[in-house]
This record gives sequence, C-alpha cells and structure tokens, in this order.
Amino acid sequence: MADNGNRKTELIDQLESGPWPSFVKEIKKAKETSPACDDLLGQLELSYNQKVGHWKHGGIVGVMGYGGGVIGRYSDVPEEFPAIAHFHTMRINMPSGWFYTSKSLRTLCDIWERHGSGLTNMHGSTGDIIFLGTKTAELEPTFAELTAAGFDLGGSGSCMRTPSACVGQARCEWASYDTMKICNEVTHEYQDELHRPPFPYKFKVKCSGCANDCVAAIARADLSIIGTWKDDIRQDDAAVAEYAAKGIDIQKDVCDLCPTKCMGWDGSKLTINNRECVHCMHCINVMPKALRPGKEKGAVFLLGAKAPILQGAQLSSVMVPFVPADEILETAKELISRVWDFWDEYGNNRERVGELIQRVGMANFLDAIGLDPIPEMISAPRDNPYIFFKEEEEE
Amino acid sequence: MVDMSKRITDIGPPNYEQFLHPVIKKNYGQWKYHESLGPGLLCHTSESGDKIYSVRCASPRLLAIQSIRFFADLADKYCDGYLRFTSRNNVEFLTDKQDNIAPLKDELQKAGYPVGGTNNAISNIVHTQGWVHCHSAATDASGIVKCVMDALCDRFTSENLPAKLRISLACCLNMCGAVHCSDIAILGVHRKPPKVNQEQVPKVCEVPTLIASCPTGAIRPGTEGRVVDVVEEQCMYCGNCYTVCPAMPLNDPENDGISIWVGGKVSNARCAPKFSKLAIPFIPNEPPRWPKVVEAVVNIVEVYAKNAKKFERMGEWIERIGWPRFFELTGIEFTRYHIDDFKFAGTTYARSAQLRY
Repeated sequence: MADNGNRKTELIDQLESGPWPSFVKEIKKAKETSPACDDLLGQLELSYNQKVGHWKHGGIVGVMGYGGGVIGRYSDVPEEFPAIAHFHTMRINMPSGWFYTSKSLRTLCDIWERHGSGLTNMHGSTGDIIFLGTKTAELEPTFAELTAAGFDLGGSGSCMRTPSACVGQARCEWASYDTMKICNEVTHEYQDELHRPPFPYKFKVKCSGCANDCVAAIARADLSIIGTWKDDIRQDDAAVAEYAAKGIDIQKDVCDLCPTKCMGWDGSKLTINNRECVHCMHCINVMPKALRPGKEKGAVFLLGAKAPILQGAQLSSVMVPFVPADEILETAKELISRVWDFWDEYGNNRERVGELIQRVGMANFLDAIGLDPIPEMISAPRDNPYIFFKEEEEE
Repeated sequence: MVDMSKRITDIGPPNYEQFLHPVIKKNYGQWKYHESLGPGLLCHTSESGDKIYSVRCASPRLLAIQSIRFFADLADKYCDGYLRFTSRNNVEFLTDKQDNIAPLKDELQKAGYPVGGTNNAISNIVHTQGWVHCHSAATDASGIVKCVMDALCDRFTSENLPAKLRISLACCLNMCGAVHCSDIAILGVHRKPPKVNQEQVPKVCEVPTLIASCPTGAIRPGTEGRVVDVVEEQCMYCGNCYTVCPAMPLNDPENDGISIWVGGKVSNARCAPKFSKLAIPFIPNEPPRWPKVVEAVVNIVEVYAKNAKKFERMGEWIERIGWPRFFELTGIEFTRYHIDDFKFAGTTYARSAQLRY
C-alpha cells in the first residue's frame, strides 16, 4: 500500500479542499504522532471505494470495575490495516458546559498522544470528550492517567448516560437555573449507575436553562429539565423604544408572533398580559436588552424523549410544570429514584422510559411514580370514550 | 499489572469552576443582556457592567490533538487560556478584551476555521461517526457534512436567513445525533433486510433476545433447520436486530443511502418543538462528494431563504404555506413513501377540508 511512505487515498483526498474545515486533514495531522492514523485513512479510502463501513460490531472491552465508557471497535479487514485491528473509543466525561483551560486541553492531548490515535471528537453526541481509537492494552494506562489528571470516563450501554448542560448562567442571561451546577451534581450523585449499567436501557438527563433548549433536552433526554419562570417578564421600556428606533417592528416582529397574542403595542408602550404568556422566549430572543425572564425562576421537568429506535421518536412530556430553582436538585433525585424503581421492575429489555410510558399508559405510569394527574401534563383530554374505570370508582 | 491500591475510580468529571474565565466566574448568574457584534461574535454584559466577548469558529468535530493544541495556543494568546465548545461542536474563545477579537478572528480564518454560526445563520452540523468509526453506518457522516458545509459556508459566516437553521446528520436510524427535531436532517438509511448468518447466530447471539428485538415481529423462530427466519416484507430496516446480534448485518453498498427530513425544531419559541418530516426518501451514496445530497440540501435552504418570512423557522414556513406548496416550490417529488404507515400514522393525515389551491 505504501508509496514513498504515503498511502494513496485519492477519494478521501478530495475532502481536503473547500472552505469548511476538513476531517481528512485532521486525520493526516494526527499521523505525525500516531502511525495508526495511516491505516485509518486506508480503511476509510476502502469504505469510500466500496460504499460500505469496515468496522465490526463492538466487543466487550473496558477498564476494570466499569461496565461502560469504552466502546469496543475492531476493523473487519485487520490483515490489511493491522494498526487499527483494535481501535476502541473512550468516552471521557466532559466538564459541565464544555468549558476548558488551555492547560486542561493540553493535559488531555498529552495523555492521548501517549496512549492512542491522537484523534478526538470535541464532542460526541451525548456530550462526552471522545478519544477515538486505541488498543485494548492501552485502555487501563489511559484511564490511570485520566483519573490522575482529574478526569473520569462517561457512560455507555444501558446506564445513566453522561448528563449534559447548556452554557447556563456562566454566560447566558436567559438561564433560569444553574444548569451547569445541576448537571455536575447529578453526574456525581449517580457515578455508580453511570459506570456500571444497571438498567433496561440508557437513561439520559439534559439541562437547558431556557425554552430555547440549546442541548435539545426535550428531544433527546429521558429526563429533560428546562428553565422557565413564573412571574412577569422584566421589561425595560426605554430599551424597547431603542429597539423600535433601530428598526424592529414591535407589532409585526414581536406582538404578532407571540403564540398567545398576549402582547400589545400602541406605538410607544409595550404591554404584556403575563397571565397568558407561555414563556416561549420569542419576544425575549428578539429584544434581549429590553425583555428578560422574570425573577421567580425554576424549571419544568419532562420525561421520555428518545430517537426512533424502537417504537418511534418521542418528545418528553410534562411531569412537573414548575420546580423552584433551589429545589431542582432534590426534585431531580426524587423523580429519578421513583422512575428507576418502576422502570427497573417493569421495563422490557431495551425499552426507554418514554416507551414504557406509552406501553403502560401515562395514567398508570403516574400512579406508579406517585404523581397526581394535572391538566398541565396534556395538550388536551382524551377524545375517545374507552376509559378503564377503576373498580373502587364504579357505583 | 495495575496497582489496585492506587487505582482511582468514580471521581466523575472535573468541577467546571476551575475552567471559567475570571470575568465569567465573577459575573456568574449576573448576566443582563447580550448583543451581536457580527457573525460569530457575541458580547454579554453583566449587571456589574463587565463584558465578556465570545468568538465562535467552526470545527470538523473530529479534531487531531495538533488542532486542539492550536486552539489552546490561541486561547493563551488572546483569552488568558479560556475557551469552550458549544452544543453544536463549535469552538468558542472567551475574552474580556474587545481589541483581541479582530486579530483572533483573523488567525482563525487564516488557519481555515470560519468564524460564524450565530443568530440567523446555519450553525455547525451535529453529526455521528459514519464510516470513520461506526459499525452500523448506512453512510459516512463527516464526509457529507464537509461537502454540505463547503456549499453552505457563506450561510455560516453570515446571518442573513429568515431565522436560525439547524442541520443534523445521523448515519443510521439509531440516531446517535438525534436528528429528528432539526430544520434539515440528513439520515442514513438501509433498504434491505438483514442477511442472516445462520451459522453465527447461535454462537454470538441470544436468540430469544434477538427475536424480541424486532419492533414489527419480523424475526421468527427458524424453520427447516434455520435458527431464525426474517419475514422480509415486515422489515423496515431499523437495524435493532443487528445492534443486539452481530450476525444480522444490514450493510449493503448499493441499497444504503440517505434520506432528507425537514421542519423540526427543539426550541419552544413561538410554536412548540416539532419533529422533522420526510422530504426525500432516498438518495444513493455517492462518495467522495455526495453531489445529489449537497444539491438537495442547498435547494431546500435557498427556497426557504427566498420564501420564508422573518423569524420563521423551516417548519413554521412549511406549515404556513402547506406541504403541497413546499413540494411544488422545492421541486421535490411526493411519493407513497411520504405517507406514514407506522404506529402513530394517523396523526399526520390531513383530516380537514382546509386546503390551499
């Protein structure tokens, strides 16, 4: 394969040109410190030629005492590309909000230069730092260096997956609770469940500070914690006038697009009927200097989002419409423990919480976790008459 | 041998506080408002009057340590060593010195990392591993992202769309990228039932688990000496069987490819979050540059940009004009595959006389 030390990769080389940063260039850069990247380029070229992947189904590899955090990956053409015969992924739990110092990044890079391919994902889909590609024998030494540097593995398999949070109050005026702190504390609370998969399937927690939902909690997390407020939107009339003077059409761009039409504009004064506001964030997004979330801050708790596998995709459903900011951690722990108790007992293999709710019915699920039904949980009451009345309620 | 007495486990992630810029630490929870200083540039102002500037650049997500060290060097030079990554895999440099923005932006652009992705721009494409590192991929991920963003890079470095536009890519239905609520979702699909390796199944798989794994009951106990049978017409190629049993591969070079979905969102702004809906059921894999996928995505973006009203996300625009007009304006063919026939199918049927002519 080698041609003056350089492998011929005519197809993937075409992905080096163009204005967007090139992942092929990245793999080539990493060759400087890891010869395995040369075989990775070769196998990728083969995939581009044949239009099919060349990785085998994962095997069970990991570090001692953990049941997750490492995804086994083996080439199905190891004779041709021996340096990537094993090329396992390590998931490393990122700091909340994906904040780093240059020093901490260099520490991670140095560890990965010593023990792996030098390729990463910053970050993986669940939010972890991904170390992409190493041999089985390097797993334990890498882990030892990571923990010595203060890092730990993230989750994989049927476990509490690595929770994630938006930038929150670190740099966003819209965060109605401290997403990064809650994420960090929840992660530390469930280290056992995160490292040693105990569940029917995965369980994800995502913390978004407002309804813009930058970490897609409502679409991706079994437990979605989304910041909101209860009192009135804070309003600065002078700043509203400033936006109007700068060309924002307050009537058209703000009032007309309000989903409940709870805002009025008479040309000089913006009025908001806060009782009818659904806290969607549109007006605040348009005029961040003039309108701010209220002061009575907290979060809505929702359950059950997931991607299509198995029964179809679902968004999370409202469980608790408002939890004050200083009660979020306790509420999360309480809700998690009740949900896990029921799911552990009744969940089928590879059944996410959202699918369990579908299967047993929301009302039965609420009974099981001890929540009273309230109208905030539904978009409308049922429209069919097939009600399973409970015996004690029949007269 | 590992010395078990010194082994550290279950320490969890490092505390984020040690990674926060001093201005962020001081003003944590005290941010008052933010302003845009141009594509990729944000200024957040605190109640105290302090300001923090963010410079956001693109990244291919797959990064070599050499590039991460380059970002670390830039952070040292311009940001006292502080930086972060966004939920869409952009890099954000954080500084309290406004004068540092221009030279930092300049160095990033010279090194090939476009600055942008804020407000009404296309931000980075969230994506999965593809052929680079996944066993169940129906297509590549990084390669398609590269080609689509090469074509749409100007939409990353400018903010001239009607609203923000979020593109995601997942290389199979497992959706590690959870693309199902994106303005445009690029989704790898298989189109052939698994090829059962009858000899391997009992060796590497638990057969009852395998049979139970199929959401449509297409996998049955085998007859005529086979371990399992697949009722092929009942298979919708989800790949769940392959996830629980490696002896059920679905990969097929000629029949795997890409589907395109539109109109989803996760934000609650104006309307509730929505799923993405099918626009194009299948485009063949055409490495290395996927011209048909690029053309299809660019077409949808441009038709949307031309026709949507200010603040309308893709899905809001389509709901206003109606799906028939979406197919007419984009020139995309409507087929029987667009009509749902899975579990909750009825929710997407038109059940009113409200029609646009």
